[in-house]
Amino acid sequence: MSTTPFEKLITRNWGKPGSHTLDGYKKNGGYKALEKALEMGPAAIIDAVKKSNLRGRGGAGFPTGMKWSFVPRDSPKPKYLAVNGDESEPGTFKDRYILENDPHMMLEGIAIASYALDVHTCYVYLRGEFKKQAEILQKALDEAYQAGIFGKKLLGRDYPLDCYVVRGAGAYICGEETALLESLEGKKGWPRLKPPFPAVVGLFGCPTVVNNVETLASVPHVIERGAEWYAKLGPERSGGTRVVCLSGSVNRPGVYEIPLHVTVRELIESPQYGQGMPPGRKVKAVIPGGSSAPVLSGDEIDVALEFEALKNVQNMAGSGGVIVMDDQTCMVRALWRVARFYAEESCGQCTPCREGTAWQTRIIRAIEEGRGQPGDVEKLLNVVQAIAPYPPIGLGNTICALGDAAALPTHSFVTKFRAEFEAHIQEKRCPFGAGHHGWGHFGSGGFA
Amino acid sequence: MANEALFTPAEQMKFDQELSEILSHYPADRKSAAMLPALRLLQSIKGWLPPEGMTLVAERLETSVARVYEVATFYVMFHTKKPGKYTIDVCTNLSCSLRGAESLLAYLEKKLGLRAGEMNEMFYLRETECLASCGTAPCLQVNEEHYENLTRESVDELLGKLT
Ligand SMILES: Cc1cc2nc3c(=O)[nH]c(=O)nc-3n(C[C@H](O)[C@H](O)[C@H](O)COP(=O)(O)O)c2cc1C
Ligand code: SF4
Ligand code: FES
Repeated sequence: MSTTPFEKLITRNWGKPGSHTLDGYKKNGGYKALEKALEMGPAAIIDAVKKSNLRGRGGAGFPTGMKWSFVPRDSPKPKYLAVNGDESEPGTFKDRYILENDPHMMLEGIAIASYALDVHTCYVYLRGEFKKQAEILQKALDEAYQAGIFGKKLLGRDYPLDCYVVRGAGAYICGEETALLESLEGKKGWPRLKPPFPAVVGLFGCPTVVNNVETLASVPHVIERGAEWYAKLGPERSGGTRVVCLSGSVNRPGVYEIPLHVTVRELIESPQYGQGMPPGRKVKAVIPGGSSAPVLSGDEIDVALEFEALKNVQNMAGSGGVIVMDDQTCMVRALWRVARFYAEESCGQCTPCREGTAWQTRIIRAIEEGRGQPGDVEKLLNVVQAIAPYPPIGLGNTICALGDAAALPTHSFVTKFRAEFEAHIQEKRCPFGAGHHGWGHFGSGGFA
Repeated sequence: MANEALFTPAEQMKFDQELSEILSHYPADRKSAAMLPALRLLQSIKGWLPPEGMTLVAERLETSVARVYEVATFYVMFHTKKPGKYTIDVCTNLSCSLRGAESLLAYLEKKLGLRAGEMNEMFYLRETECLASCGTAPCLQVNEEHYENLTRESVDELLGKLT
């Protein structure tokens, strides 16, 4: 149980004037944690991050301190930090607001992490579409260089630290950490076989830590307030707060920083967050952690948006993207949108993923368009298990987890909403609406 | 090497200057790591990636033209064919579809007289995947600019400006 009262950390400066500038950040206490970290020294920083129970916010929830401790300290090679700002997981839009509203918080985290890991060069990899965000970040970085925080000296210490912003060019797969490294090396984003893990063999063959934007923005809070305080904000095995992204059929979509005991239902209904469903609508289904997470049916949403709680119901906290579907949503069409995404974004390296994602998309589309055949549901489940043999947990036959990410939604949609798939096949049409671009498949929310 | 068929002198200067800045971000023996920024620079100058431009990038990054093509064709934001003046990418992924993206796309198809995936001299209309604007859906992107919380009125206004 958490014992520290909740307060906003990551989003605490949002909306304050100049929150994206160095002045604004310093006014709110910025770069004090870096000062403190430099006093503590690398070993104590890594120890604090371990004790804080900070877990990666990019998707897998891996303990950050542990990841940092895998970097071989005695390696003669340079070490790198690569920041994952690819943010392409459908339903996820938090890192973008961190970059827009408070880039210095992440930069301070980068400086602390770099110092702890003996890194002198950091690359921040942003998805190609983040043009505005890249500009804001670059401005913040320029200010930090001018103020002597980055560059030849790190806050006056004899510790050179360079940081560069790199934009991708439109490829979801580059969010996968080894594909990101390939892309940073100027190649197409083909994930690498692991092991070796990036902490040992990463960018340019050198030890590299890959961390998400929000993960790094959390680091100053661990240092500033102490590991114990941070750990006690959350339940047993996850420290801190969490920034979640609420979208879909809900009155007030948006980004909310929450204590880790908040459930999916509370996020949707609470006046502080989603403010409930549009008039007359009920929750039919919710994806709790970006489109790679299995779907929850409307009666499974009393689960906390936290790593262990979701794991216990064979789901995942993932990237924090919470997508709400109401009772007028066609689940076949919703799944088709998700499946098509993975078929588009598969890098094509492994046969089960390349063939399986395309195949399942064709079957789902046929069902949605009234061309489904009896037995298609079983066929779908077979395809899914050829990609990721142990649903609902996955563990794919593939090089990277995109295979799992494509398979698990299909498995969960089909098993939890099977009657809807069968109805499409029997009626030879979508019971929710007309043909191509017709009304009805997704209710009539939004653009009208 | 100056490439007169490709660049005007001003463009050549911009390319050379910005490329040398970009190259300074990477280890000296890893020039080819600058591939994405170099292609982005080329595309920002020419609007797309003409073949002579890709050959130039290969030369400057001391790598093969095949490598440049491989990268240029892997990423959707790079244009190896000259697109219409405005590339309109409409997100039809799940969160946007839940807020009317299919109707938005249908509306654009009708107004532009193009089906998704088609282009004319002015417009290249595409469906795209999640643009990290799911909380402000539906959304689209024109070249590299984002537009969110779209309504019929705001789409009409936007199209009016694209001349
Ligand atoms: C297909 C795929 C896409 C991913 N996309 C992202 C992403 O956009 N952003 C991100 O931070 N992590 C993404 N990840 C997770 C990264 O591989 C990696 O676990 C993460 O960046 C590590 O940082 P963290 O420990 O701070 O979370 C993705 C993973 C996979 C398999
Ligand atoms: S699982 Fe899919 S995306 Fe990942 S490496 Fe294999 S083919 Fe590429
Ligand atoms: S689903 Fe359209 S921006 Fe995310």
